[in-house]
Amino acid sequence: MAELWWDYGWPLTIMVGQSLLVIVGVLVALAFLLLADRKIWAAVQLRRGPNVVGPFGLWQSFADFFKFALKEVIIPDGANKGVFLLAPLLTFVLAFMGWAVIPFAEGWVVADINVGILYVFAVSSLGVYGVVMGGWASNSKYPFLGGLRSAAQMVSYEVSIGFVIITVLLCVGSLNLSDIVRAQENIWFFIPLFPMFVIFFISALAETNRPPFDLPEAESELVAGYQTEYSSTPFLLFMIGEYANIVLMCAMIVILFLGGWLPPFDIAPFNWIPGIFWFVGKMLLIFFMFAMVKAFVPRYRYDQLMRLGWKVFLPFSLVWVVVTAGALVAFDWVPA
Amino acid sequence: MAFLDRSARSLFLLEFVGAFWLAMKYFFKPKRTVNYPYEKGPLSPRFRGEHALRRYPNGEERCIACKLCEAVCPAQAITIEAGPRQDDGSRRTDRYDIDMTKCIYCGFCQEACPVDAIVEGPNFEFATESREELFYNKERLLANGDRWEFEISKNIELDAPYR
Repeated sequence: MAELWWDYGWPLTIMVGQSLLVIVGVLVALAFLLLADRKIWAAVQLRRGPNVVGPFGLWQSFADFFKFALKEVIIPDGANKGVFLLAPLLTFVLAFMGWAVIPFAEGWVVADINVGILYVFAVSSLGVYGVVMGGWASNSKYPFLGGLRSAAQMVSYEVSIGFVIITVLLCVGSLNLSDIVRAQENIWFFIPLFPMFVIFFISALAETNRPPFDLPEAESELVAGYQTEYSSTPFLLFMIGEYANIVLMCAMIVILFLGGWLPPFDIAPFNWIPGIFWFVGKMLLIFFMFAMVKAFVPRYRYDQLMRLGWKVFLPFSLVWVVVTAGALVAFDWVPA
Repeated sequence: MAFLDRSARSLFLLEFVGAFWLAMKYFFKPKRTVNYPYEKGPLSPRFRGEHALRRYPNGEERCIACKLCEAVCPAQAITIEAGPRQDDGSRRTDRYDIDMTKCIYCGFCQEACPVDAIVEGPNFEFATESREELFYNKERLLANGDRWEFEISKNIELDAPYR
């Protein structure tokens, strides 16, 4: 019995503990990032943002949480109840699944699998199902349109994200996220692959339905898109899932292009600071950009969105894959 | 050339960078938010807020029950009943009601008043939890007058040169 415990039980306990740590950490971080998002948005518009709950409004997200959690769940009469309630759950769970393979620092990763990036890619692609299911199950026209838009949008931008990831993988020679970070010890990839960095950033905005690509929930035309019929906790799950996805994308950008947990210079004052701080710091920087973009870029029209995805990003990233591959072969830089 | 210019602008995201720069400038600007209810914005002396019935400095109420305000009120929010007063037989109101839920705060009543009795004061924070509390009677209006007399007389004085 004891053998069984040490062989299976104990590793399982550790794994569950690690997962809980990551999930709780991400959730708490999300609470403050949501506030930061609103504060940054407000600051650009010369407003103060939420500042009543707690010092500087720091507990605003927790107040919102209780408000959402204590409200009545309204399920529309014509809705498909099972799917209607499954959709936010799916979004929420999938948004957190991706965090399993994110290395927060050297060796700080729940599952150090060697196809990490494919896993993240797969999980974030599945995320669209939550939105489509929510839009369809609501049995209402605005959620339906929002769900359709979101499906089209996420699929289109995943293509260019795929090519961007391929470019990075060409330079790394491994699908393991920790290996991708280690490959950037000499130079962070955003310098040699700057155009891809920009494309990935913009695609990440589209992928996570952030402004200026928030067409699935464009309030001026679709009320709130696929979230229109949702209230209370299901809405909260959608909301948290969306922000978890955004932060996951920030983490991906940091890992792929900004050297993950690596300090900017591997010399004395910089490499004293533990990797986790560098990682989080870089993520905050990217998140700040996400929030700023929301503040100053007007929403795209639907056809412009499709044009940008298919006619600009796709050819551009495709060409850049070829150029990168050519350069790697020509200068004999191909990683072993 | 225009085509090249446009292409270069969009290729290098010039608009985006410019917008980011502008947004950053705004980001660090002082905020315009007024931290209500701890801070309040300025009010004009002509501000038309909650009604009040004023008194003369000797404590006598100004209103002489001429009913001009009742006549001019476009929302018909004012109800007045008048008669001789018990002790000295002077003409006074027995009843002076304003339905604050009907009132449109046009200020005609204070314009019509020959003795500056009914005025709209600077108070705009008189929200209540029930409808009934907004049916003001004479007592309530006179109490308002006593409470806001300082501000009201100051405002009338400040506004006098423009009338």
